[in-house]
Amino acid sequence: MNPSAEGLRATFGDAIGRVVEARGETTVFVAAARLLDIMRWLQTAPDQLYNYLVDVTAVEYRDRERPLEVVYQLRSLSRRANLRVKVELDPRGELAVDSVTPLWAGANWLEREVYDMFGIVFAGHPDLRRILMWETYAEGHPLRKDFPLRGRFSRSEQVRQALNANPEANYSLEELSIAEAYGEIPSDMRDRLRRGERGDVGGVE
Amino acid sequence: MKRVLETKEIAGESPNWLLTRFDDLVNWARANSLWPMPFGTACCAIEFMATAASRYDLARFGMERQSFSPRQADVLICAGRLPFKLAPVIRRIYDQMPQPKWVISMGACASSGGIFDNYAMVQGIDTIVPVDVYVPGCPPRPEGLLYGILLLHKKIKGESLVIPGLRDEQSLGPTGLRLPPREIDELSEPFGNSVHQTRSA
Amino acid sequence: MSAQHPRTIELEVATPGVDAQGRPVRVPVPAPAGLPAEPDLGGEHLLVNLGPQHPATHGVLRLVVELDGETVIRVIPHIGYLHSGFEKLGEYRHYNQIIPLTDRTDYLSPMANNVCLAMAVEQLMGITITPRCTVLRVIACEMSRIISHLVWLGTTSIDLGAFTPFLWAFQERERIYNLQEQWTGARLTTSLTRVGGMLADIPNGFVENLREFTRTFPKTLEEIDRVLTRNAVWAGRTQGIGVMTAEEAINYSLSGPMLRASGVPWDLRKDQPYLGYETYDFEVPVGEHGDVFDRYLVRLEECHQANRILAQALDRLPDGPINVDDPRVILPPKSRAMSDMEAMIYHFKQVMEGVKAPVGETYCGIENPKGELGYYFVSDGTAKPVRWRIRPPSFINLAAISKMAEGHLLSDLIAINASVDIVMGEIDR
Repeated sequence: MNPSAEGLRATFGDAIGRVVEARGETTVFVAAARLLDIMRWLQTAPDQLYNYLVDVTAVEYRDRERPLEVVYQLRSLSRRANLRVKVELDPRGELAVDSVTPLWAGANWLEREVYDMFGIVFAGHPDLRRILMWETYAEGHPLRKDFPLRGRFSRSEQVRQALNANPEANYSLEELSIAEAYGEIPSDMRDRLRRGERGDVGGVE
Repeated sequence: MKRVLETKEIAGESPNWLLTRFDDLVNWARANSLWPMPFGTACCAIEFMATAASRYDLARFGMERQSFSPRQADVLICAGRLPFKLAPVIRRIYDQMPQPKWVISMGACASSGGIFDNYAMVQGIDTIVPVDVYVPGCPPRPEGLLYGILLLHKKIKGESLVIPGLRDEQSLGPTGLRLPPREIDELSEPFGNSVHQTRSA
Repeated sequence: MSAQHPRTIELEVATPGVDAQGRPVRVPVPAPAGLPAEPDLGGEHLLVNLGPQHPATHGVLRLVVELDGETVIRVIPHIGYLHSGFEKLGEYRHYNQIIPLTDRTDYLSPMANNVCLAMAVEQLMGITITPRCTVLRVIACEMSRIISHLVWLGTTSIDLGAFTPFLWAFQERERIYNLQEQWTGARLTTSLTRVGGMLADIPNGFVENLREFTRTFPKTLEEIDRVLTRNAVWAGRTQGIGVMTAEEAINYSLSGPMLRASGVPWDLRKDQPYLGYETYDFEVPVGEHGDVFDRYLVRLEECHQANRILAQALDRLPDGPINVDDPRVILPPKSRAMSDMEAMIYHFKQVMEGVKAPVGETYCGIENPKGELGYYFVSDGTAKPVRWRIRPPSFINLAAISKMAEGHLLSDLIAINASVDIVMGEIDR
């Protein structure tokens, strides 16, 4: 068995689920509740040293009974070792997991993309908002299996929503904070924000 | 859809010899110095850059001065796929261009959505801006793009100052769309093989 | 953006509150060093929007920059303007049908993406390719490395004011494009590989033409080197700009020349070799300072090394078949499919149903010119993947731009943006 998997079992006991070894790759399933501790141990323990986060992504299976998986690909540069860590989430429950951005800064955008595409919330993420779709995208989370390939709205409605977003939708709340601090937001924009409207087109078909 | 073509005389405005000579002069000037606004997004932009480079050379057509400011551009070349997030951007850039302006839709994705028949992609920029020349290809070879540009030259040389409304601004309608919604849906419908490829497993 | 600083700017409008779903809300804005605490500076800082349509952003990237005069206080990149739903499309395609999709993600080095995808699927299915195919794929990868770095060189020179290297670089690219067209029929969207083999074998004259290219290419590189490397303007605009230390580079998951320029000697071709790279004689350039100039030097030297690998690969190209001898995976020759019943059935099943992969998952990473390109496949036993994840090197490299650009001037931001070597097709997928 992969030494990292053995070490994880020894250190975290029940928080480690099954270990799959196939095609020369090791996958370890871990409990969501202890994810940050496990990741910190993997990053800093002297015989683990997984200092490089290769990827963060999520998988939803076609079989609706199977849980959603959040997948972390880790690598130890000095040991030239790879490891895959997975967290399972119940699709009918709350899709939330801790963010690993305190450990690896590269996780910032990767987790934003998982949030955008799957709707999984990363607790403790410094700036969790959509990254590939626009922030006020109303159709849902595209990579979910119940999201149709061509989207939920009709084509003309998609074009209309894309063309008619208010200017506020083009700026993140952080940028609007900056402009507001220096007194630069036009008054009609300020009014729309006060009413809570950010690029809302209305009249969704 | 059947359309009946009508021809009618434009009373008091038929072109005379002087006007046609003037038309020729104006069209010649416009066609031979089309400053492109390269709205390059994806792979077609690389082929556009290759067309502008020394091997195929857009400079011989008067197009080497690429204006990245739409205010100084004549032709908007949409080179590459256009996702919905980019749709308001191209519309705004098109609106910022002063008349006379033309649009070349370069590549399959700009013309019809290409291989991307999904939630993210505009199925042809003609749902957003009026297009003059479509250049098919994925990506079109530089010779293909040059042929499209020459077609545009031909189109420009056929224009006339007396045609009413030719050089009017075509802004978005009250619905916020360029075409009626039914027509956009019809244009965006999948056709051919892509109809069969949406089944998952 | 970690909230290390206590200052926050209160937005005096009713913002959508934080709800149980964690929808985006106002982010506490950290105070960069040196700024006073009171936010009533009234017009001293400028919020400038760069893009998404802008000649210097290398694609449809949008940068919102907070400027104090010419100094960048903060830069917030916005991406997604080229999001094309590749990963979703991949779930509706057979494995061989995904190959044309990969051309269009990183369209500056399409053959390398094709190779990575074929390798990933072969890893998933447990297929071993033939020796000739292995060497041909190395040739494809190194040709892609050269054309990708040439685009980078050309566009970065334009950004920093030197137009001529762009023309020189694109002229060399045309020569590689000719070779790609000879081999695959397409200049850019090559779709070179298939699961278990290649689209086609190299045509007659390819080896001679490529050898001629490897003979004359270093001269162009030396010309570019002579024009740029010791140029006062070039050095002045790139040295000390956009520094990432080795620890930061590892923590931000940078890869490729970005990582190596910061002093981390990690190259997948040497450290986790594939396609027989351990048998080739080449060096991996590693930088020292992690600034834009080092990245330029690393990429320039990588072109030389790629040329070296190409020459070696051409020398050792073995004879033999390019496709694996497995009729369930590789289409039989058309003549046999028309005459032999068994071949016809194999042909039918592959085209209509696709090749089924065994249940499981795999991650395959290769050293793309931009960094580590990885494809992660999850299969449930059918011919279409359950999940196709592209690990995009430029996406992860670009995330570090806000770290790199703070405190620099606006024109340095352009240089830093150029040095990341992004391709939006890959970032947005």
